[in-house]
Amino acid sequence: MLAWLSRSVLPVATIVAAIIVIWYAAAIPMNSMRTYMMAPDDAEISFSELVSDTWSQKKPQLPLPHQIVREVKKQATFSWIWKEKRRGYKRSLIYHTWVTLSSTLLGFGLGLVLGVSLSLAIVYSRVMDLSVMPWVITSQTIPIIAIAPMIIVIMAPMGLTGLMPKGVISMYLSYFPIVIGMTKGLRSSDPILEDQMKTWSATAFQTFLLLRLPSALPYLFPAMKISLAAALVGAVVAELPSGARAGLGARLLVFSYRSETIPMWANLVSAAILAGLLVVSFGMLERALNRRLGFRTAGEVSS
Amino acid sequence: MSVVTAEGLSLTFPGDVQALKDVNLSVEAGEFVSFIGPSGCGKTTFLRVVADLEKPTGGEVRVTGLSPEEARMQRAYGYVFQQPGLLPWRTVEGNIRLPLALMGQDKHVMAERVASVLKMVELDGFGTKYPWQLSGGMQQRASIARALAFDAELLLMDEPFGALDEIVRDRLNDQLLDLWRTTQKTVLFVTHSIPEAVYLSTKIVVMSPRPGRVAKVINNPLPPDRPLEVRESTEFLAVAAEVRNTLREGMD
Repeated sequence: MLAWLSRSVLPVATIVAAIIVIWYAAAIPMNSMRTYMMAPDDAEISFSELVSDTWSQKKPQLPLPHQIVREVKKQATFSWIWKEKRRGYKRSLIYHTWVTLSSTLLGFGLGLVLGVSLSLAIVYSRVMDLSVMPWVITSQTIPIIAIAPMIIVIMAPMGLTGLMPKGVISMYLSYFPIVIGMTKGLRSSDPILEDQMKTWSATAFQTFLLLRLPSALPYLFPAMKISLAAALVGAVVAELPSGARAGLGARLLVFSYRSETIPMWANLVSAAILAGLLVVSFGMLERALNRRLGFRTAGEVSS
Repeated sequence: MSVVTAEGLSLTFPGDVQALKDVNLSVEAGEFVSFIGPSGCGKTTFLRVVADLEKPTGGEVRVTGLSPEEARMQRAYGYVFQQPGLLPWRTVEGNIRLPLALMGQDKHVMAERVASVLKMVELDGFGTKYPWQLSGGMQQRASIARALAFDAELLLMDEPFGALDEIVRDRLNDQLLDLWRTTQKTVLFVTHSIPEAVYLSTKIVVMSPRPGRVAKVINNPLPPDRPLEVRESTEFLAVAAEVRNTLREGMD
């Protein structure tokens, strides 16, 4: 237990502590301009007054961890999830996180389907191999923020509004790592095993199912993790131009207009926590599946 | 009956690399034929042609009276590669079951076959292990068990013990000899090692490189029952010397 603590908790705790120290230190000069602006011209400001003011402003340039934590705690209540509104917006962070999560998951699911289908086409068709890959890469050089409004405008006349266009925008980012990882994975099967399957006169489909697909999984899983994070970014960006009134992205935009930095940061932190939870829970799923498939995992030693 | 025949067999790879030139050979049922020669002599290529993993550019090959492709479709041979080639996500049993499942065999037959071939290669009790839990020698034995599983008459082995140390190799040679005697299979065996070739074979095909061709076919007069000590006998050493001399001539 003690060994585990010192091995895995201590390094992380050290880094976190260092970040917090730097954060509080940096807040003093960054927020001090406001302190001096608000003070009367002839006022003498001592260092302790400066510190206490810069650490407790209502709209600081750099909100402090304790302010963000307090704001997250205040907003992340279940009691007002569906009810209470403030200036026309629902207030609960949990509600907005759920809205963003739902378009993230939709975007991730669409991206997974599109990415896997494209990589299958690329691997099994030479024409697709030569023609699709450059477009896939080009698609990622166009900023998502430029594409997003167009997707909304194109989809609206088809009666697709709300969740669907947000999912598609999120998919635009999330399919890319899947295509790259899966294509590489499907091509990674051991040539000896390919020959082996041929000596048993296995059909192309049997070779795919029994050899190529399992060989691709170790490439697909890390790609899916990147894709999940990308899907979240896509979902947040999708909420900016869509006139959405819900979701972390929409809230971020509203608070930034009002320069309410503390709620903005609370939203950012929520997005980060959401991304972290998604990736960690996916990692657990991956480990369980690897174990089920008998892949060797770190820490286990051959006899 | 001839199990494998080659007449005027040639294979030129793109880029004008002549891997095989005018190979004539006939292997009878129940023979253990070793192919030996320096790298680039085409011994592995010959085996791959028999297995229909390469197409010849000239001449004719018959495998159990059929074309190589027909023979492959009928699963007329088992092939053991240089590396064990086990699927890492399947247990030993799962790996052995794979070719049987592709052939659509039913569960009871599969379980029976798996148990019997595991016993043959002395791996009983290791069926539920994953490949990475086994030593290199055990992995190669599992691979041989898999090639034996569907009971093809012909066994093609491409330097199966090449990556193993000498102690393990001697032991596996001994086991392979036993297996061959009890199952009466026809074996084509590629090797780099003269003692291995002489110890195992009824016939040794010495090949020479550039272009790959058969330099000499040496019949092995040793009796089928060969204890490890046979390697010190004068007969054994005489055959080994003949193989060595032929190899040397081929290099000039």
